[in-house]
Amino acid sequence: MKPFRPIDAVAVPLAQPNFDTDQIIPSRYLQKLRDNDFGIYLFRDLRFRKDGSENPDFVINKPAYRQGKVLVAERNFACGSSREHAVWALYDYGFQAVIAPSFGDIFFNNALKNGLLPIVLPYSTVVDLLAAVEALPGSHIRIDLKAQTVTAPDETETTHAFSIDPFSKHCLLNGIDELDYTLGYFDRIKEFERCHNKQADIRDCLS
Amino acid sequence: MERDDGKVLLYVDKHWVHDVTAAAFALLRQRNVAVHMPSRTFASPDHYIPTISRDMADIADPEKREMVEALRRDAASAGISLFGLDDPRQGIMHVLGPEQGLSLPGETVVCGDSHTSTHGAMGALAFGIGATEVAHVLATQTIWQHKPKTMRILVDGALGEGVTAKDVILAIIAKVGAAGANGHVIEYAGTTIESLTMEGRLTLCNMSIEAGARAGMIAPDETTFAYAKGRPHAPSGEAWERAVAQWRTLASDPGACFDQEVALDASEILPMVTWGTSPENALPITDRVPDPAQMPEPEKRAACERMLGHMGLVPGTRMTDIPIDRVFIGSCTNGRIEDLRNAASIVRGRKVADGVEAWVVPGSGLIKAQAEAEGIDQIFKSAGFQWRYAGCSMCLTTNGDMAAPGQRCVSTTNRNFVGRQGAGVRTHLASPLMAAAAAVTGRLTDVRTLIEKAEQT
Repeated sequence: MKPFRPIDAVAVPLAQPNFDTDQIIPSRYLQKLRDNDFGIYLFRDLRFRKDGSENPDFVINKPAYRQGKVLVAERNFACGSSREHAVWALYDYGFQAVIAPSFGDIFFNNALKNGLLPIVLPYSTVVDLLAAVEALPGSHIRIDLKAQTVTAPDETETTHAFSIDPFSKHCLLNGIDELDYTLGYFDRIKEFERCHNKQADIRDCLS
Repeated sequence: MERDDGKVLLYVDKHWVHDVTAAAFALLRQRNVAVHMPSRTFASPDHYIPTISRDMADIADPEKREMVEALRRDAASAGISLFGLDDPRQGIMHVLGPEQGLSLPGETVVCGDSHTSTHGAMGALAFGIGATEVAHVLATQTIWQHKPKTMRILVDGALGEGVTAKDVILAIIAKVGAAGANGHVIEYAGTTIESLTMEGRLTLCNMSIEAGARAGMIAPDETTFAYAKGRPHAPSGEAWERAVAQWRTLASDPGACFDQEVALDASEILPMVTWGTSPENALPITDRVPDPAQMPEPEKRAACERMLGHMGLVPGTRMTDIPIDRVFIGSCTNGRIEDLRNAASIVRGRKVADGVEAWVVPGSGLIKAQAEAEGIDQIFKSAGFQWRYAGCSMCLTTNGDMAAPGQRCVSTTNRNFVGRQGAGVRTHLASPLMAAAAAVTGRLTDVRTLIEKAEQT
């Protein structure tokens, strides 16, 4: 995982609530392995017409949004499936952060583990951001993970603070993953396991 | 163990892997890390397998066939038990777990599939995870988790005729919304829930994720114990007695506090059906297609218009006036024996309506065999249904089972997302009873009208 750097990039509005994982990447691409470029499958059925040509009406195909790296989405973004491919598709396309009032829980976890920053902001703030990036197509949102701030794209340059758990922040900023961290505790896991495997009351196995 | 961000390390009792798990195994190989505890991991291919046969050659797409092959290879090299395509027990993981006695009260169960919430019906804490987390579980048999918020959903009273667990969960999701339980684990409780069979409880917990909750659970009781007893992997003899004694201590304390409480009156729940492209768009079959013009909030109006456009529905149309093309009965939501019996009770003595293509795909090989032993397959087949082999099939079409663009499908599955059952397909979620009713009439139908007719004749 690459370390997460501050972002100053074009923001793309996607103002549909309950935008589900199947719209992010249809199930017919789930057999692809990670060494594929999943960016070409992102929003596949919305982004392309049946004949394979681009749908000019879909937001990321509009010239002003083509360089988008920040997605501003609606409530319950990426609800549905556990497919990590949804994160891979957004990330490979070039998105580095998604801002929404709420996320599907599984997607949220998957995003953090792949260097895609999911940012939860209050609904009214997200509505303002959506209005701003729609009013000024191609305008930039700035995200500073270290400072935990999002800066609005309009002339007000309002800065919004967001919260993130310190562990995920540390992993994202330093590009490290959780597995190495957990393997550092492997002896304790195995100790618990020896007790648990004897079908003892689990409470007696917690040291 | 607790981390400074408040996450605790949970030991995973049971881990399911399937034929979309190749990426997680690849991740382990890349890191040169072995599968730590293969005896707690179980494998069954379900997403990519054909339902017309048990023949690998019927997976036309080599990339998809490789997913099933990869699972076989990965399981064999790690020493993981596999319920393979040639195994009579093969089936959808979330059907197999409870069926094999592998999902038990008080256990933690995870799988790289969002419908892992199903196993919570056994009184287990069960939830779906992503590929990176699957690799983490394979390597360490553990997973980091925040203590979730809790939501209790109380359903009290008797269910009316023709109303099943599927209608209850659709009514719940319509009430709390598709994001209503985000960040929560749901406990379903109340007299209605207590009266449900295990099959009904599994249907209920299965769709917890459609309300946003990664997990849903039901306190284990006599129904749970009776279901688990004698299953291949359930404890037996003295160990069984000890286990049951411990399981009896698992229920929430009386007076326990929940972060959110929701209550429904079972007598008010009617047979349900969805009209839009989120499971929260469910309403009673007696209702009409909603009218966006009546919606005061512009955001909701726009969403409704977009959904009706996809669904090809006119506001104000009676739900029972909507003609259909396809019926799918099956999936981890409604592919169990009780579901098939329910559907067969409506189909018996009737025919699939002209122009309708109807399928039954049992949730596991054992359910298929049991249904055949009961003669249920004959009821479906003589009515004109296709009777197929177990798998996920048309729930998400990964194996190529799908409807044609523009077709309208009544489906006992869990998601009506755009494109879920094929590009341009319009999905209406419903119970097996309601799906069977639609199959024989050719339109969305209040199943109660058919039950009454059956009684009069």
